[in-house]
Amino acid sequence: MQAKKRYLILFSAGVSLILLFYLQEPASRGTPNRGDDPHPHWPHFSDPLRAFIPWDQTETEDYNVRASPRHKRDDNSGAYKCRMDSCFDFSLCGRNGFKVYVYPQQKGEKISESYQNILSSIEGSRFYTSDPGQACLFVLNLDTLDRDQLSPQYVHNLKTKIQNLKLWNNGRNHLIFNLYSGTWPDYTEDLGFDIGQAMLAKASISTENFRPSFDISIPLFSKDHPRTGGERGYLKYNTIPPFRKYVLVFKGKRYLTGIGSDTRNALHHIHNAEDVVLLTTCKHGKDWQKHKDARCDEDNAEYDRYNYKEMLHNSTFCLVPRGRRLGSFRFLEALQAACVPVMLSNGWELPFSEIIDWRTASIIGDERLLLQIPSTVRSIHQDRILSLRQQTQFLWEAYFSSVEKIVLTTLEIIQDRVLQHNAHSTLMWNRLPGGLFTLPQYSSYLGDFPFFYAVLGVKPQQKFTAVIHEVTPLVSQSQPIFNLLVAVAKSQYCAQIIVLWNCDKPLPAKHRWPATSVPVVVIEGESKVMSSRFLPYENIKTDAVLSLDEDTVLSTTEVDFAFTVWQSFPERIVGYPARSHFWDPNKERWGYTSKWTNDYSMVLTGAAFYHRYYNYLYTHYLPSSLKSMVDQLSNCEDILMNFLVSAVTKMPPIKVTQKKQYKETMMGQTSRASRWADPDHFAQRQTCMNKFASWFGTMSLVHSQMRLDPVLFKDQVSILRKKYRDIERL
Amino acid sequence: MCASVKYGSRGPALIPRMKTKHRIYYITLFSVVLLGLIATGIFQFWPHSIESSAEWSLDRRSVHDAPLVRIPMSSPISERGDLSCRMHTCFDVYRCGYNPKNKIKVYIYPLQRFVDEVGVPISSTGLSREYNDLLSAISDSDFYSDDVSRACLFIPSIDVLNQNSLRIRETAQALAMLPRWDKGTNHLLFNMLPGGPPDYNTALDVPRDRALLAGGGFSTWTYRQGYDVSIPVYSPLSAEVDLPERQPGPRRYFILSSQTAIHREYRVELERLKEENGEALLLLDKCSNLSQGLASVRNRCYKGQVYDYPQILQESSFCVVLRGARLGQATLSDVLQAGCVPVIMADSYILPFSEVLDWKRASVVIPEEKLPEMYTILKSIPHRQVEEMQRQARWFWEAYFSSMKAIGMTTLQIINDRIYPYAARTYEEWNNPPVVKWTSVNSPLFLPLIPPRSPGFTAVVLTYDRIESLFRVITEISKVPSLAKLLVVWNNQNKSPPEESLWPKVAVPLKVLRTKENKLSNRFFPFDEIETEAVLAIDDDIIMLTSDELQFGYEVWREFPDRLVGYPGRLHLWDHEMGKWKYESEWTNEVSMVLTGAAFYHKYFNYLYTYKMPGDIKNWVDAHMNCEDIAMNFLVANITGKAPIKVTPRKKFKCPECTAIDGLSLDQTHMVERSECINKFASVFGTMPLKVVEHRADPVLYKDDFPEKLKSFPNIGSL
Repeated sequence: MQAKKRYLILFSAGVSLILLFYLQEPASRGTPNRGDDPHPHWPHFSDPLRAFIPWDQTETEDYNVRASPRHKRDDNSGAYKCRMDSCFDFSLCGRNGFKVYVYPQQKGEKISESYQNILSSIEGSRFYTSDPGQACLFVLNLDTLDRDQLSPQYVHNLKTKIQNLKLWNNGRNHLIFNLYSGTWPDYTEDLGFDIGQAMLAKASISTENFRPSFDISIPLFSKDHPRTGGERGYLKYNTIPPFRKYVLVFKGKRYLTGIGSDTRNALHHIHNAEDVVLLTTCKHGKDWQKHKDARCDEDNAEYDRYNYKEMLHNSTFCLVPRGRRLGSFRFLEALQAACVPVMLSNGWELPFSEIIDWRTASIIGDERLLLQIPSTVRSIHQDRILSLRQQTQFLWEAYFSSVEKIVLTTLEIIQDRVLQHNAHSTLMWNRLPGGLFTLPQYSSYLGDFPFFYAVLGVKPQQKFTAVIHEVTPLVSQSQPIFNLLVAVAKSQYCAQIIVLWNCDKPLPAKHRWPATSVPVVVIEGESKVMSSRFLPYENIKTDAVLSLDEDTVLSTTEVDFAFTVWQSFPERIVGYPARSHFWDPNKERWGYTSKWTNDYSMVLTGAAFYHRYYNYLYTHYLPSSLKSMVDQLSNCEDILMNFLVSAVTKMPPIKVTQKKQYKETMMGQTSRASRWADPDHFAQRQTCMNKFASWFGTMSLVHSQMRLDPVLFKDQVSILRKKYRDIERL
Repeated sequence: MCASVKYGSRGPALIPRMKTKHRIYYITLFSVVLLGLIATGIFQFWPHSIESSAEWSLDRRSVHDAPLVRIPMSSPISERGDLSCRMHTCFDVYRCGYNPKNKIKVYIYPLQRFVDEVGVPISSTGLSREYNDLLSAISDSDFYSDDVSRACLFIPSIDVLNQNSLRIRETAQALAMLPRWDKGTNHLLFNMLPGGPPDYNTALDVPRDRALLAGGGFSTWTYRQGYDVSIPVYSPLSAEVDLPERQPGPRRYFILSSQTAIHREYRVELERLKEENGEALLLLDKCSNLSQGLASVRNRCYKGQVYDYPQILQESSFCVVLRGARLGQATLSDVLQAGCVPVIMADSYILPFSEVLDWKRASVVIPEEKLPEMYTILKSIPHRQVEEMQRQARWFWEAYFSSMKAIGMTTLQIINDRIYPYAARTYEEWNNPPVVKWTSVNSPLFLPLIPPRSPGFTAVVLTYDRIESLFRVITEISKVPSLAKLLVVWNNQNKSPPEESLWPKVAVPLKVLRTKENKLSNRFFPFDEIETEAVLAIDDDIIMLTSDELQFGYEVWREFPDRLVGYPGRLHLWDHEMGKWKYESEWTNEVSMVLTGAAFYHKYFNYLYTYKMPGDIKNWVDAHMNCEDIAMNFLVANITGKAPIKVTPRKKFKCPECTAIDGLSLDQTHMVERSECINKFASVFGTMPLKVVEHRADPVLYKDDFPEKLKSFPNIGSL
């Protein structure tokens, strides 16, 4: 009993002591005596502290004694590393704008297919000039793509060949393309010749060697990469939830030893054969058996068990680890497959990093933190996956799907640097439809383009400008153009009417035109060619353009209705005469039809609204070869416009309600109508279709099965209730 | 209380058996314990008051109390800054670790006063007011950690903001003496005025090895992209002068130059511009007749006329920011604060926070060489663009320039974004001012896709107990070629669905989902069973829709997968008399909603409705058993900024005799409630997102004089 009590007492005393100690602890932590830890937070000092920059020192610096601020700017020009202001001669670009010269190809000079594609992309672009005197940028005729000495594509004696170029000028204003540099074992980024002050457009470039705003990082692409057009992205629909069968996949070589081998050798640590499938093979090169390690046999067997394509299409994320070089083919493959790339390549300057915000389309990992990668990708929210995935597709189609796009993007970036204040903005590059279709020379204000209304939270202007294309002289007052002028002018949305006088006869006197409430401006076409109807005339101040043929028959109601529809779809062509295209399997070419069909893919510009930006794009984006074809034929300009707009939007145009007699009147007695009746005219249009499709590299037209009608169109309700009555009246 | 009661109930059984002596023992023991507890309690409170008085005395701490550290002459000095440093080479990322908050931990060294062997301080200023503000702000932020062993980033308390006040060599020695210096790894230095006469280097000259530099006035030659952070030069006027924000718009002057230390070559060029363009330009210089000091800072002069600085900056559309001896100019901050668009002419200058800020939206950068063309260049900028820039400039100042705190937090956030790039702030978060964030629409389904026809759509039929009607709807829908699956959402908990054998035989899978509660939101649940992206929501009494109409609706949805594509069209109107929104179900010329009694939409919107519906709308709808369709219209319109699409003329859905307003909807109170819904939702969304359009979608050959059998969708009902 005694012992028991003693224990009890001891126990209680112990408990109370512990309690006391425990309760004291937090209190003592707060005591002012901080002993070992003198400052948990930055103290508040009561002294009057001095400003870091004394009042009298703010701007009165003693540098005015210096000779010239220009000196200061040129200080670094001698350095080996380059910047635009030290290694680039801007004066060459001042006179003729941004023009690119390609050295003529010499006989006997071997040029790889990829480089040939690059050169012909430049030659086919609007930047090309064949006159070196006009050029601002020079591109070599020597294949510099593969500078791996062990490669069969390697070009020898490049050094002397380049030194012999008369215009070389130590590489000033030259652009050198390169995909591979260095070789086993260290894979340096040296090209094996002195690039002087030339700019590098190089794949797998590292941040250390990258000269910011001077070099351009391009993606590594295979020799099978199409020259133009290119495949579309694989994403066909947005599944919800956006998760796929695998979370993360990779399939590729493992290098066992040497540079860049660490990361791939370690991949097996996070491979779980379920949703994280990272496969490597040791089988490559001749003597892989020599370096073979303990894991190789197991890895190789696992490697053969999976199909790469299947994995690519069924994974949410795709690992893009560095190989021997920093970039790998996996990158573009993942991008196209809408498999969000997970970068594992420390120090790789990502492709077009100057303009693309890669964080919106990829996950940037750190090789050092490989083991964290699975938890990182699993933590990505599904909304983010949805947006990352769509962005991969946008970027793929905008900048990567063909050699031409890669080359044009490179040139646009350089042009941006030359134009500076007139350069693309970040949003232009990173939002649909992308920088190749959004030309900042048109306007630096995003609201002037049809693509950014939602992003800016603004609306297009509530007015339109009608442009009537006139090719026949005014003979009688009964000509359709008079009715058209009056009808269009009556529209409450009409700001002004422009008559484009493309007729060989001299301009009629002012009084011949009907009196209208809106101003009518007559512009005499200089060259009187077809393409001039799409010139970006300064007189057009409104966002919307109503393009009209002289013989178009439209009522005011129809104009009003089409315009209200256009306001909902400002990036598309919205109008009346619809046409369709189809693939003719017998002739293996595209066909054109004006028959009534259940779908359409074009809305002709004889009566259609579109954004005035497309005038600019038509004039400045399309190559002169297509425009001159249109001018020579005096035909197809409307088809070309449809190709262009659909290439930009990837969407069909919009047809609005048809008034029934439209077609019959089209076949009236005017000269224009006779043009339509001409069988040659129709055959030409077939030819145009195929010519355009080949230049765009793909058939950009898209079919639609619907038409937009007024809400109560032909409904059995009182006509008085309907806003757009005239459309139903015959 | 509770314990004593317990004790009392047990007490009598235990205590009487003990002897008195022991009882005393116990009593003393418990008194000791009790006293102890009381004492602790008092201590708990007491020290608090002691501490707060200590805090108060802390407030009164002086920099002179900081420990003095003598730097031995032979103390090692760091290497010069390593120009090849990048995050993956010089930064120890293991210190930052993986953490669910994706936030780095920042440690600040305690203040020390460094002096050389003879006792001369290493800096003439010591701790400056600005650096103290900066460190206080970091210390008060979420980034701060007082645990040096867990920190990812270290900030020395050695003030190097202004190189002019530093003794370079001794400062470098002091840095190298820091206990965790380790070649400067993961150390961050803040410097705003780098270099010194005569050549004015563009980065801090203090040898700092691998330390990151947050510097004002970097050039492309000294800036290590992705490693250093370019910061603004803080203008003391930011705190001193309150410039109210002005509405963007035209200003009295077009271009204004206010800097006083402009090189004479540039001043000559500016004056030439002034001659050419007259009143549009205002060229200010320092006032020669005024005394030095504060007055010279707050005044500028032109031909003897005195102007208040920085107020005068608000009177111009564009303000020149030319290179001085250094590239970074405090003027930039003043100009932004005034909402004047800076025209920056400082070749190779790395603009502040250029890693995340889009300066094109707030400034015009012109090469120094093109100074004579400045006027022409600026004139070519569209007016609306200038207004955007004015707004943006002001906002940049407020968010990133206005205080040392703003500058410090932005710097840390940039570094944080590099370490956790997958959780980084987006371009929009960095660059969109609140007003743009509010009005701009970023549709989550932004890619222009026309999904293939083949996966078809899943019809989700909401039903309670109208079996007969339900079966008719199922039979009708099952004729639609693109139907992939039928889901019946059985919302009746009191009654089981009919036996399987009684259901109509359909060619596609049919599944009945029984719900736990009779809620309207059940119909919008993103069921796993919905495997297609297209969902057809349909009520169990919509029997009039033909197979052609439904198939056509699906085709239209494919062209507009980010919209609601449906049959019953409705409109919202502003009731001027009542001053509120009104619901309209009459047949009008306009449409702003399509009801989900029969509508196609993307499954994503199910997910949004269920998990992302703003405010209490979802519960409100479930409680009122009404307006789920209106809520869905609000949701979709708000996130996409687009109007729904009404397909085909169909207006009657339940029976040919019915009017447009059928069943439930006939009820007058029901209509009132739906108007209320619109008002309620508009207030929750804070805006009226619905868009009114005047069109509907019909098949291309609808009502055309064309053989019916050649039409894809001949059977389109007229009403």
